[in-house]
Amino acid sequence: MYAYDEIDRTLVNERVAEFRDQVKRRLSGELTEDEFKMLRLMNGVYLQLHAYMLRVAIPYGTLSSPQMRKLAHVARRYDRGYGHFTTRQNIQFNWIKLADLPDALEELASVGIHAMQTSGNCVRNVTTDQWAGVAPGEVEDPRIWAETLRQYSTMHPEFTYLPRKFKIAITAADHDRAAIRVHDIGLRIHRNEAGETGFEVLVGGGLGRTPFIGKVIKPFVAGRDILSYVEAILRVYNQYGRRDNIYKARIKILVHELGIEKFSAEVEEEWQAMRHSALELDDEVVADIRSRFSYPDYEKLPDAPDELLAASADPHFERWLKNSVAPHQRPGYAIVTLSLKPVGAPPGDATADQLDAVADLAEKYSFGEIRVGHEQNLALPNVAKRDLPALWRQLDKLGLATPNVNLITDIIACPGLDYCSLANARAIPIAQELTRRFANHDIAEMIGRLHINISGCINACGHHHVGHIGILGVEKNNEEFYQITIGGRADEGAVVGTLIGPAVPYDDVANVIEDIVEAYLALRARPDELFYQTVERLGVEPFKERVYATR
Amino acid sequence: MPLVKKGAIVADSFVHVADDSALPVEGAALIPATRFLEDPGGLAARNAPTGVIWPNNRDLDELVPYLEKLAVVALVFPTFRDGRAYSQARLLRERYGYKGELRAIGQVLRDQFVLMLRAGFDAFEVKKEADAEAFAATVKRYTVFYQPTGDGRVTALHRRMQARHAANVQ
Repeated sequence: MYAYDEIDRTLVNERVAEFRDQVKRRLSGELTEDEFKMLRLMNGVYLQLHAYMLRVAIPYGTLSSPQMRKLAHVARRYDRGYGHFTTRQNIQFNWIKLADLPDALEELASVGIHAMQTSGNCVRNVTTDQWAGVAPGEVEDPRIWAETLRQYSTMHPEFTYLPRKFKIAITAADHDRAAIRVHDIGLRIHRNEAGETGFEVLVGGGLGRTPFIGKVIKPFVAGRDILSYVEAILRVYNQYGRRDNIYKARIKILVHELGIEKFSAEVEEEWQAMRHSALELDDEVVADIRSRFSYPDYEKLPDAPDELLAASADPHFERWLKNSVAPHQRPGYAIVTLSLKPVGAPPGDATADQLDAVADLAEKYSFGEIRVGHEQNLALPNVAKRDLPALWRQLDKLGLATPNVNLITDIIACPGLDYCSLANARAIPIAQELTRRFANHDIAEMIGRLHINISGCINACGHHHVGHIGILGVEKNNEEFYQITIGGRADEGAVVGTLIGPAVPYDDVANVIEDIVEAYLALRARPDELFYQTVERLGVEPFKERVYATR
Repeated sequence: MPLVKKGAIVADSFVHVADDSALPVEGAALIPATRFLEDPGGLAARNAPTGVIWPNNRDLDELVPYLEKLAVVALVFPTFRDGRAYSQARLLRERYGYKGELRAIGQVLRDQFVLMLRAGFDAFEVKKEADAEAFAATVKRYTVFYQPTGDGRVTALHRRMQARHAANVQ
């Protein structure tokens, strides 16, 4: 856990005071909606279809129990008793009144939570691996660097009014859980041949209407240089990024139009002119940030405790153990994923009571720490294996032990037309229907790891391009249609999925997905060949044939 | 439009010269970049303070040779959402060592003052009278700064290290 000190707390409080004044000026008419819009967005406030929505940052996906309880309190006091976890380590409250927002933010600030830069054309909340610090094989804890970048980018005087939003993600493990290849800047911590730790820097990835996989701009940037290198990229983007067309304003378009060689030459020139500036980090500064992360006082525990062996007789427990529990850096400990994808529910939603209960369970079983991942699930990162059976029983009662993590019903979906003013089509009901169709755990397990991603519009908040199966809602003659892509991936082998054919109407989407899955089961070379691997091997044709032959 | 300098609303002694009019021989003048670049030598002939209005999409390299002779560089915010001039300001101050007045013009609102000051601006043609009047209060809103810029403020990182050092000494 990272502890905000007096300096961080002061800034968060000052920000709330400023926003309170801005809301007051908006309510009095002193600020026009146009002027207020950018200011409220930079404080996480959207105007949605029915109400204002508040998007709260969960930096690098780490929450403490008191913070989680405060989120529950805000959900109850200012919203309708629930929150929605998004694909970018945020939580959103959908029903907050504008006049209540400063109070809600003040309450959150009391536990070191804020909504700074969760929207707007600035550097957004820096995201990272939700298993950071506990994942086996990790080079080092990427949160130290995420926090360094969080501080660097917060209220940056030069980069608060960029051409468009700007997203940075970091991973330090072989398996990329932070989807760094579909971010404006992706950072992969690794060791070079000399054994030094540094960053592979990718640039220009992103989804939306023109999806791109990020390109490597520099294979190795040392830790001390990372801020200056990021600043060089941001400065080139700020000066040359397109502002004439909102759809062409992201850095991915600049990188694409210039070409990565020319873009990287621009960045290199800028970087050489300023790399030895005050942005150069020395060991002491990095050590200072590192020192404010606290780690659990792990016990020496057996890796196969009796409690676990005894519980394995229960097939329900065994199924959950297989699906939701992952290995930990420390023997005797495990990482537990809490599925926010029960059958028939909107992906990523949690009630205030569930949030409170998770806070309690984290205190009891996970050193008071909770994680939030981009798949819209939660995790308890530090659970002693001997406690797994007891934890499971309690999660099961709370509806948080659906054994479907990474399976076909672990669907990522944006709020879609039910909430979002940008959406063209519903996303949540499609997800709900699919979870019902594939509710049988035996079938889901037989299918194996399969990620379905649903977006209600081209802005791609549901990351449909990188779903193994992607579903994109579009509108045709006032009706909802859905384009289906297959073969996408968001991990270390990220690729954009391929469209299989014409869009299908709302009522047919679940049938089409069933057809695709059936085709996969018939086509896969071995039972352990995953869906995306079959697509990789055979291309989209056989799937296309199966879906459209009878339609 | 009120001009704020050194934290106070002051009278603007500079006249904005239009694109198509001749360079005035006397009187402090702010000259558009295109007009200025037609005859940068004309600067030397003037015996009054001269400034230039530099668009946010024009390469600063064209301006750099004349910086020492300029009393004012005015950078433009065509809308408050267009942040290119923040980069130009920092480059002028930090890379090219410009010491004269750096003026923000266009859609300049109170909510941008802190950022502008940190980027190196020291004069502001403010769009709204009320914002100009609120200048002193607005720029005191923040006491914590995370990034080093040319404004010389101590960053949060270094404040922490100083505090730690002081604690160790005691």
